[in-house]
Amino acid sequence: MLKYFVKRVLLAVLTIVIISAITFFAMYAIPGGPFNSEKALSEVTKAALEERYGLNNPVPVQYVNYMKNLLQGDLGVSLKTQREVSTIIADGFPVSAKLGGMAALVAVVLGIVLGSTAALMRNKWPDRLIVFLTTLFTAMPSFVLATLLLYFFSLKLQLVPVWSPGSPNYLLPVISLAAYPTAYITRLTKTSMLDALGQDYVRTARAKGVSGVKVIFKHALRNALIPVITYVGPMVAYILVGSMVVESIFTIGGLGSQFVTSITNRDYTVIMGTTIFLASLMVTANLITDLVYKLVDPRIKLD
Amino acid sequence: MNDEKTLRRSPLSLQVDLSKFSSADFEPASEEEKSQQEVMSESVTFFRDGMRRLRKNPLAMASVVVLVLILLTIIIAPMIVPYGYDEIITVNGRRDKTAANMAPFTWSQMEQQYIDDGGSLFPHIFGTDSTGRDYFIRVIYGARVSLSVGLFASILVLIIGMLYGSIAGYFGGKVDLVMMRIVDIIYSLPDMLMVILLSVVLKEVLGTALQGTVLDKLGSNMVAMFVVFGLLYWVGMARLIRGQILTIKENEYVLAAKCLGAPSSRIIRQHVLPNCLSVIIITTALQIPSAIFTESYLSFLGLGVSAPMPSLGSLANEARQGLQSYPYKLMFPALAICLIVLALNLLGDGLRDAFDPKLKR
Amino acid sequence: MSEEKKYVLQVKDLHTTFVTDSGEVQAVNGVSFNLEPGKILGIVGESGSGKSVTAYSIMQILAENGRVTSGEVLYNGEDITKWSKKQMTGFRGKCCSIIFQDPMTSLNPVFTIGNQLEEAIRLHTGKSKKEAKERAVEMLKLVGVNEPAKRVKQYPFELSGGMRQRVMIAMALACEPDILIADEPTTALDVTIQAQILELMQELQHKLGMAIIIVTHDLGVIADMCDEIIVMYGGRVCERGTADDIFYEPAHEYTKGLLRSIPTAGNTHERLQPIGGTPINLLNMPEGCAFCTRCDNAMKICLTQVPEELQVGEHHRASCWMNVKQAMEEAAK
Repeated sequence: MLKYFVKRVLLAVLTIVIISAITFFAMYAIPGGPFNSEKALSEVTKAALEERYGLNNPVPVQYVNYMKNLLQGDLGVSLKTQREVSTIIADGFPVSAKLGGMAALVAVVLGIVLGSTAALMRNKWPDRLIVFLTTLFTAMPSFVLATLLLYFFSLKLQLVPVWSPGSPNYLLPVISLAAYPTAYITRLTKTSMLDALGQDYVRTARAKGVSGVKVIFKHALRNALIPVITYVGPMVAYILVGSMVVESIFTIGGLGSQFVTSITNRDYTVIMGTTIFLASLMVTANLITDLVYKLVDPRIKLD
Repeated sequence: MNDEKTLRRSPLSLQVDLSKFSSADFEPASEEEKSQQEVMSESVTFFRDGMRRLRKNPLAMASVVVLVLILLTIIIAPMIVPYGYDEIITVNGRRDKTAANMAPFTWSQMEQQYIDDGGSLFPHIFGTDSTGRDYFIRVIYGARVSLSVGLFASILVLIIGMLYGSIAGYFGGKVDLVMMRIVDIIYSLPDMLMVILLSVVLKEVLGTALQGTVLDKLGSNMVAMFVVFGLLYWVGMARLIRGQILTIKENEYVLAAKCLGAPSSRIIRQHVLPNCLSVIIITTALQIPSAIFTESYLSFLGLGVSAPMPSLGSLANEARQGLQSYPYKLMFPALAICLIVLALNLLGDGLRDAFDPKLKR
Repeated sequence: MSEEKKYVLQVKDLHTTFVTDSGEVQAVNGVSFNLEPGKILGIVGESGSGKSVTAYSIMQILAENGRVTSGEVLYNGEDITKWSKKQMTGFRGKCCSIIFQDPMTSLNPVFTIGNQLEEAIRLHTGKSKKEAKERAVEMLKLVGVNEPAKRVKQYPFELSGGMRQRVMIAMALACEPDILIADEPTTALDVTIQAQILELMQELQHKLGMAIIIVTHDLGVIADMCDEIIVMYGGRVCERGTADDIFYEPAHEYTKGLLRSIPTAGNTHERLQPIGGTPINLLNMPEGCAFCTRCDNAMKICLTQVPEELQVGEHHRASCWMNVKQAMEEAAK
């Protein structure tokens, strides 16, 4: 177990190093270098920046320096606002984390409940309704859903107030963000639940006199949830990326909308810093998912 | 029959009423008579069996109809509609400044004037956009862009993934080990984030590099998107194909073919390919809608195809500006994305149910 | 009534159907048999003969699309097909247990052996967790699992196939049921392990005194341990009798064919004769005897009428038109 754990952590670290290298060289490849924006910086600022990043050094040296700064949590300053990138991330992340956390929770809980319901009531109307809705929501990009919700419930019907930092209303953003992962988990749970219910060990449980409800919730669900766990990592990635458009649409000043703004503004240092931060989050989520998966399923050999 | 305990063996003739039978009943039956009883279920090939199941799936068939209709529309419509996707409406060669943001099936003042004067114009089916371009043709072109990005990206992924996966799977051993470690690392990268980053960068880099080439016409963004898809999404396909080849290689029928002296080219053609074909087709079919999804997402962020070329995602993004006044401008591209992705998803699911023998009940 | 009390289990004219995409399948078509306490009954037949479905019908653990359409299953004289779901939950595991063909998949992979054993014990006895644990270890010892105290903490994947089947038997017998159904208990195991498991079952039967129904496709395996053997084909019983009856005086063409296809020691000259044709397609049953299409001696009547069951020996009955033909010949004499 320990060996596997160490191996997996090392892979995660390697991934983050590779990501930061890709980010660095990607930014380096941009014509004129990272500090050459359309809006001309004052010569003083530019000189100061070049001085600070040692842009006259050879590329490997620049990369090493960049990595050193990275390790100290120094992600540079925004080209547009001159604010520290790490501060921008620290400011934006709490709202995004709250939004994403709620969406993830809704998706997991609702997805498992709906998926099990669909499996147990196969080919009856609740199953058909759930299948219909999940099919619909897996075909709807989050930005379409978010815009539609905003238009109908906030602007047209005025049922839900528009987002403002003073009185944040998470309802619509959470729905927009959770819809796809919920639909996905529902489908996943249904498939694996049906699979589990058809397994020999479920027949064994019935044969030894376990009641119907207990067969489902103890014997089948426990096995059916294993594939669902593997989706948690990708779900975190989806939610982080999805929150970019959702936050932009609802004008929530989180990390996501800041990232989108930095893309529009070609604010490369912010793009770089945020990419590395988000990527590290996703890699960590994947790492945790993998480890939990090994813990839950005793069959997996730990090598 | 309760007296069985007392009987050692009752004569058979006492147990049945023999008068019911005639001796003709006990003549041997001919082979022909026997075979009449045996109604063999007709043997069908794997492909035909799958197609039969696919045809029986109403959702998949409806999706095929919808997709064909969409394809016909986006092919034929530009031939009929006399407006261009980047063309601001002109009347009598004069730019029509009043033609911006018109509702569906309405005319601008200048157009009305022209019609009143006896001219005839093609209606603006979806109205016009904020710069006075026919919105219907923009949505049509948007759908064209989205579908072709989805299709070409998936084909690109298929080609790279198939080559890489089959090389790794076929050679095995150390080659496989090294190749798969590379795949593992790329696989562990957060794909969407890398796509966004690379789109940002490639847009800048390719913009200058492509100037004057044929690819320039496509737009640096479009090329960037293909590159990004090609760079990142092939790993899933490569893993899948390698896994398939490894499993099939182990099968007894491949061993049997080897023992019979079949050359490896024949083994690959006859045994390996047909057996992983269905999985490849299904995965590719499901890759298309996900590529369309990603493209629309990038376009929504402003990283997709370059203006004035529309894509469904960028149209949806533009529509946000006047959402309060012109909500239908969001509806058209949004509906188009949902319909295309829905139909492709359902068709992909249908294909999977019909052709994946593992899911066969 | 005394007749019924004599038997711990009676199956009367059982019919079970499955609804499939291609139509309704009659998997069990009028099967009847009686089981006395402490006796061993063997049900033999090839795949699709309805032998396993008969067992599942008794336990009422058919797949979702399967249903007992008519017939009775009497447990100590009471028709359990009319019992409620809750009554059946009490029946399964306590009155009647079953072990399955494939021990590799029949244990839940995510729970420990001990956990699964204790669950079975605690469901039907008022035992505390600690008592159940003790009982679990005791049962494992009984079925010959070495280091039982260690095994209870292990997961199924850590055990070999033979060990797992022993665990299945321990689980089935934990509440000392009156009947144990073994559905192809040795098919998935190595030949050496097969013998061990069968010996174990016999030994436990002597100790605990339950009745056993062994379902198998391999006539040879169970021949010397069964008090009665039923041969099934196409969802119907073709022949029933003691092992001697079946082996030395087979009275059904299918049984005869089956015996010809079994290799015997010392027989070095004769070739084995497989039964020709393909196994029955339950979707397309012949009108008459299910075996008629593969039978070498099929007669015209075999194709159109289902044969009645006739007594051909003291405890020996068979459903074959050949016997009627013989009767005709007897009468003619």
